[in-house]
Amino acid sequence: MKRTGAQIVWEMLSREDVEVVFGIPGGAIMHTYHPRQDYGIHHVLMRHEQAAAHAADGYARVSGKVGVAMATSGPGATNLVTGIATAMIDSVPMVCITGQVPTPLIGSDAFQETDITGVTLPITKHNYLVTDVDELADVMHEAFYVAGTGRPGPVLIDLPKDVQQAQTDFNPPDDRRELPGYRPREAGDPDLVQQAADMINAAERPVVLAGHGVEMSGATDVLRRFVEKTNAPVALTLLAKGGFPESHPLTLGMMGMHGEAYVNRAIQEADLLLAFGMRFDDRVTGTLETYAPDAKKVHVDLDPAELNKIVPVDVAVEGDLRRVLEQILPLVDCGERTAWAKQVERWRGDTAIRDVLNRPENGRLVAPQVIDAIYRDTNGEAILVTDVGQHQMWAAQYYPLDMPCSLVTSGGLGTMGFGLPAAIGAQVAEPDREVWAVVGDGGFQMTLHELATAVQEQLPIRIAVCNNGYLGMVRQWQEFFYDQRYEATNLLNPDFVKLAEAYGVGGWRVSRPDEVEDAVAEARAHDGPALVEFQVAQEGEEANVYPMVPAGAALHEMIRRPEVAAKTA
Amino acid sequence: MDRTLVAWVEDKPGVLNRVASLFRRRAFNIESLTVGHTEKPGVSRMTIVVDGERTDTEKVVQNLYKLVNVIQVEDVTDDPAVHRDLALIKVRASNGQRSEVMQIVETFRARVVDLGLETLTIEVTGTEDKIDGLYEILQPFGVEEMVRTGRVAMVRGKNGKGPAAKAG
Repeated sequence: MKRTGAQIVWEMLSREDVEVVFGIPGGAIMHTYHPRQDYGIHHVLMRHEQAAAHAADGYARVSGKVGVAMATSGPGATNLVTGIATAMIDSVPMVCITGQVPTPLIGSDAFQETDITGVTLPITKHNYLVTDVDELADVMHEAFYVAGTGRPGPVLIDLPKDVQQAQTDFNPPDDRRELPGYRPREAGDPDLVQQAADMINAAERPVVLAGHGVEMSGATDVLRRFVEKTNAPVALTLLAKGGFPESHPLTLGMMGMHGEAYVNRAIQEADLLLAFGMRFDDRVTGTLETYAPDAKKVHVDLDPAELNKIVPVDVAVEGDLRRVLEQILPLVDCGERTAWAKQVERWRGDTAIRDVLNRPENGRLVAPQVIDAIYRDTNGEAILVTDVGQHQMWAAQYYPLDMPCSLVTSGGLGTMGFGLPAAIGAQVAEPDREVWAVVGDGGFQMTLHELATAVQEQLPIRIAVCNNGYLGMVRQWQEFFYDQRYEATNLLNPDFVKLAEAYGVGGWRVSRPDEVEDAVAEARAHDGPALVEFQVAQEGEEANVYPMVPAGAALHEMIRRPEVAAKTA
Repeated sequence: MDRTLVAWVEDKPGVLNRVASLFRRRAFNIESLTVGHTEKPGVSRMTIVVDGERTDTEKVVQNLYKLVNVIQVEDVTDDPAVHRDLALIKVRASNGQRSEVMQIVETFRARVVDLGLETLTIEVTGTEDKIDGLYEILQPFGVEEMVRTGRVAMVRGKNGKGPAAKAG
């Protein structure tokens, strides 16, 4: 039977088990949109293509499936770019389908023509310009395969209008078709695995540095068995939150620039670092000259280009983390390592007196109280979506997670405006789970138009706007490092409650600590999307994220939290 | 020191762009890059010369493998291999100087491929050093134009490299 290119798109999306596409139609893609209803795939109409990419990203992070975004040529396609770059650096599987001007017009600067495969070349795992309808089915199949396997990432398919319109005999793609140069490695080299095991057995002060790879390779269980056997404590990157349960007694917590002091100290004093599915981002290492100077280092990663990229290591194992840990597990000895555990506990000891939650009540609302209230009320079981900035770090610090695929945050790119659209994608992926989008007043205003999408789709997302009237993280840096000159960071904000109501979203405003719990409870009980504006401390110690490793400083040279509570011991 | 990499890539539109873009994006220094067909349909072969002092060759190889269309990459610098560059050099040579230039051409085992009233065009293949040497000697006559292909390389003997060698 003859099918058009447009029909083949949906036929292939069905075959790849795609249930939902996030996008916006336009001149060069509307032909593809036309037959959608015949294939039973849901489409979420976003209000901006950047949001479509973030929604597909949020959907992918929560569902573990490949997220799909669709946009027209030219501005539609270029609007996807920030979302694609966000997914690329966080290794999120995504397929973006863009319309393109008809093939005879390509290169002629036609209306709404942009060379989007050229533009996205460095920010996609791979991309395609399909010029022959007979290649479309194979390209679609290959795109999903590339996006979802190995180190996942975004793949873009650019589809000229005449290819969407052309008819051909549809042949399902051949599953045995292979990419001759694409062979993600599974098991690690046995010799290297043995060397890693020997180092672990010889170590007295090991620390596991768990990254996003734990969740992506499904290594949570085997990592738990590994650390329980070796008693190696686990430090987490931001994206590892949820990949290893934070309630586990061996979990130290988040490391790096805003990690707890004792976590970074344990890393600096370790004699062995076990970097599992992480990439030594500058936000987790501090300055490299003084990074864990006494530690031998083992690095396991699926992407060989990450090995020895930032930190030279003693043993670099290329392979899928779950498989490699399964190989290592029988080779390591049971170890008590009580002295090390006690040492780490001593360092942990002074954390509580510095916790702002333990300060005497002074009537001023701070963001950690907000996150903590949401954490307690949701029993820690919500899907936590954040935007980027101070609230993101507070969310990471005060909302411990125990389940994989429960955190949706832009780690590597730090994309403001990510939160709300990503929460839409997360809620579409998990309609029955509670989704909280914790956002700042700055980032929220970059994509707040997506409130309309949430209402149109009847998605009951809960939005906590931590409003401090500033681009808060920039303001904090200005306070610390730029003579307290708050240049271009003060925000004159709209009335967020009225704004929410204008969109048909339930709205609450909270300015005092004693109002937080009720507002959270009411928002949770609200039928439909709900927004709570929390007017939190704007300046001063209570408005800063602590601890903080200044850029360029060693990991243990932290600006600590001021002591806020009386020592009890 | 220069390092010579040979990369076998799928012959698809944009592959050269992907490789070049990778070098730019990761700030790798390329000395030369050549590309052409191979004995295998659908497979192109690139010879890439990188500055081994400023660029970590292993990182280049690992990053090339991140490109889906790259089939195989080998660093052949330390293998016994034939390295060849080809140059066309148009040199000023009036009647009085021609025989002198011809002698130089002969010495370098190059050949004259075009003869004009005022100029000679010389084709020379060999290592970069040899071509550099010829160029230096020809310069006093007045080099009007030069074009070079960049290095191509092939490992000597039976121990071939690349996907074809593996399959066989």
